[in-house]
Amino acid sequence: MSVTTRRTRLAAAALAAITAVSGLAACGNDDDKPAAGEKPAKLVVDTFGEMGYDELVKQYEKDTGIKVELRKTAQLGEYRPKLVRYLATGKGAADVTALEEGILNEFKPNARNWEDLAPLTSDHSKEYLPWKWELGKAPDGRLIGLPTDVGSLAVCYRKDLFQAAGLPTERDQVSALWPDWKGFHDAGLKYKQGTGGKAFIDSITAVSNGVLFQGNGDLFYDKEDNIIADTSPAVKNAWDTATSMADISAKASTWSPEWSGGFKQGTFAATFCPSWMLGIVSDNSGPANKGKWDVASVPGGGGNWGGSWLAVPAQSKYPKEAAKLAEYLTNAKSQVEAFKLKGPLPTNLEALKNDAFISYTNEYFSNAPTGKIFGESVAKIQPTHLGPKHQAVKENALEPALRAFENGQADKAKAWEQFTKDAKTQGAF
Amino acid sequence: MSLSATTARPSPAAPPSPDVSRRRRRGRLLNRLDVKYSPYLYIAPFFLIFGIFGLYPMLRTAWMSLHDWDMIGEHTFIGFDNYTRLFSDEYFWNALVNTFGIFALSTIPQLLLALFLANLLNRSLLRAKTFFRMAIFMPNVVSVAAVAIVFGMLFQREFGLFNWLLSFVGVDPVDWDGHRWSSWTAISSMVNWRWTGYNTLILLAGMQAIPKDLYEAAEIDGASPWRQFWQITLPMLKPTFIFVVILSTIGGMQLFTEPLLFGNGNIIGGNQREFQTLAMYMYEMGIVNLNTAGYGAAIAWAIFMIIIVVSLFNFLLVRRSAK
Repeated sequence: MSVTTRRTRLAAAALAAITAVSGLAACGNDDDKPAAGEKPAKLVVDTFGEMGYDELVKQYEKDTGIKVELRKTAQLGEYRPKLVRYLATGKGAADVTALEEGILNEFKPNARNWEDLAPLTSDHSKEYLPWKWELGKAPDGRLIGLPTDVGSLAVCYRKDLFQAAGLPTERDQVSALWPDWKGFHDAGLKYKQGTGGKAFIDSITAVSNGVLFQGNGDLFYDKEDNIIADTSPAVKNAWDTATSMADISAKASTWSPEWSGGFKQGTFAATFCPSWMLGIVSDNSGPANKGKWDVASVPGGGGNWGGSWLAVPAQSKYPKEAAKLAEYLTNAKSQVEAFKLKGPLPTNLEALKNDAFISYTNEYFSNAPTGKIFGESVAKIQPTHLGPKHQAVKENALEPALRAFENGQADKAKAWEQFTKDAKTQGAF
Repeated sequence: MSLSATTARPSPAAPPSPDVSRRRRRGRLLNRLDVKYSPYLYIAPFFLIFGIFGLYPMLRTAWMSLHDWDMIGEHTFIGFDNYTRLFSDEYFWNALVNTFGIFALSTIPQLLLALFLANLLNRSLLRAKTFFRMAIFMPNVVSVAAVAIVFGMLFQREFGLFNWLLSFVGVDPVDWDGHRWSSWTAISSMVNWRWTGYNTLILLAGMQAIPKDLYEAAEIDGASPWRQFWQITLPMLKPTFIFVVILSTIGGMQLFTEPLLFGNGNIIGGNQREFQTLAMYMYEMGIVNLNTAGYGAAIAWAIFMIIIVVSLFNFLLVRRSAK
């Protein structure tokens, strides 16, 4: 008997020791911020996708003598878990962190994880697209992010396939085909007829994505962040428009292998292109299809898909210097440089008026004046309030339901039911 | 302990000097400490590592599961609310059904096939044994992600190999991730491809430990190879088989990468969650949704409990049927 008690006591002691050790390790603290004004040896920048900062960062190193480490993550899907880990454990975050629209909204309710940039930078509020600037603020009023790029929206289409189907190929004529979404559907039906039943667009979720942001009012949340997904007219409108396109869709959901393969195979003739999508379209289509793609305007005026901000995590040791770097990377000159390098669309008003930007043409897309096309589209974007879990509702409630309808797994009513039910659980915060 | 007692007996012939006896006493003490505690020291590294990477996360998860836990925000104690929520959560039960469905579709054929292959490899007539044993293990060495990506391509709707083959026998292309049965089949085939060889090798090792004279005696008595298999191999293989079944159970209940990559990385596993497993649902709630980390932790503990129950059940089942 005594043996067991001694053994259990020993085990308990060992256990206590282990928990103590690991507990200590977990909360080793980082409150050793250097004295104000001290110049950092190095600043770290976290970005995802291609933000075009490679050259800018080198220039900054030369100008200030501060070394800048650019940590790039290709996919947003890998980027987000990393950020969450940094915030949850309180260590590891970069000094300047790029936040995509969905992530920013999700992080807003816990704004204390981020520095308020307003006192750290000079006032830039009049220099950017007003709605974009406002979205960078948290509900408590602190400025979390400085605007980088905006998605904007256009239609990428295959000239050769349009021609084969007897549709016009000139970009102005093509834009004239679809002043509204009905016109777009009609063009799709004409294409289908002309090709003996081939699909016109990639998927109906691409359509819903386009319609959602056309400024028809609140989407999944109202201004007080109550979930209104089941009653919102803007959502219903996007739903109805998207479902009406099922007969011209290739059922290849964005990012799936069917989708990436579809560009080469020509399984669809048109897709919706935010500015940053151009690079993805050309990569997927390959050099063989160079000059076959062109860019037209989107039905129903402007639209937006994606876009980012630069933020400074509260755990950064050099918040002031980091804010300066973020300021530099988002100023008019830098935004034009980044656009020329990788294509993210400026949000700085001066950059949008810049000659180098407006006169830019894209060689792969039949020399389309992408600067002008996207720049005009940007001006038409309506500010939309996005709630904290907008992304989750869109990706895990709306789009699966639309796809279930598109693939014939559920009829329209059933799919709508699935969406409204999931929107409630996905949208809760 | 008896060892230290015998060496400790003082020699009556020459009473030792105080210095020597002190040294001896200290030696005795060290000896006793050594005998008593060094075994614990030897096994300590395992327990230390298990404590940090196994026990501590488990306890921490248990603690989290009692909270409304926001990954990057507030934590509020709510007792067992997360666990009661499990019972009324339709998607939890959906994930449970999916997990068991895929588990049954993968484990049962896999173990039968592994048994068959192991028996084949155990034949003394077989040539190039090492080659076959190596070859059968190869799929297990390939990374899960690679397997999932390749199989994902094979099961594609438009350009997939399987739909192409099916078209020759007049079957319409199957939308593999659009239905429960088809997605379960596709995912199970990945699991089977990867783990059959592994289980075969373990069963083979078990078979080789069975004494040869049993078979010789049976042969003299005129038992057919089939009868030898049923009456000698299977009963003698029971402990190995239990081990393999429990390992497969643990793996099957935690299935994650294959279904995730099969659905292009979408955590909800199909448009209507046709193939979302428990582990995926745990990840959705615990990691993807930042504000439901506590609920995710509760799901993690539910999976742990389910694994224990299912393993016990399998253990009893296998033990009884093999008796």
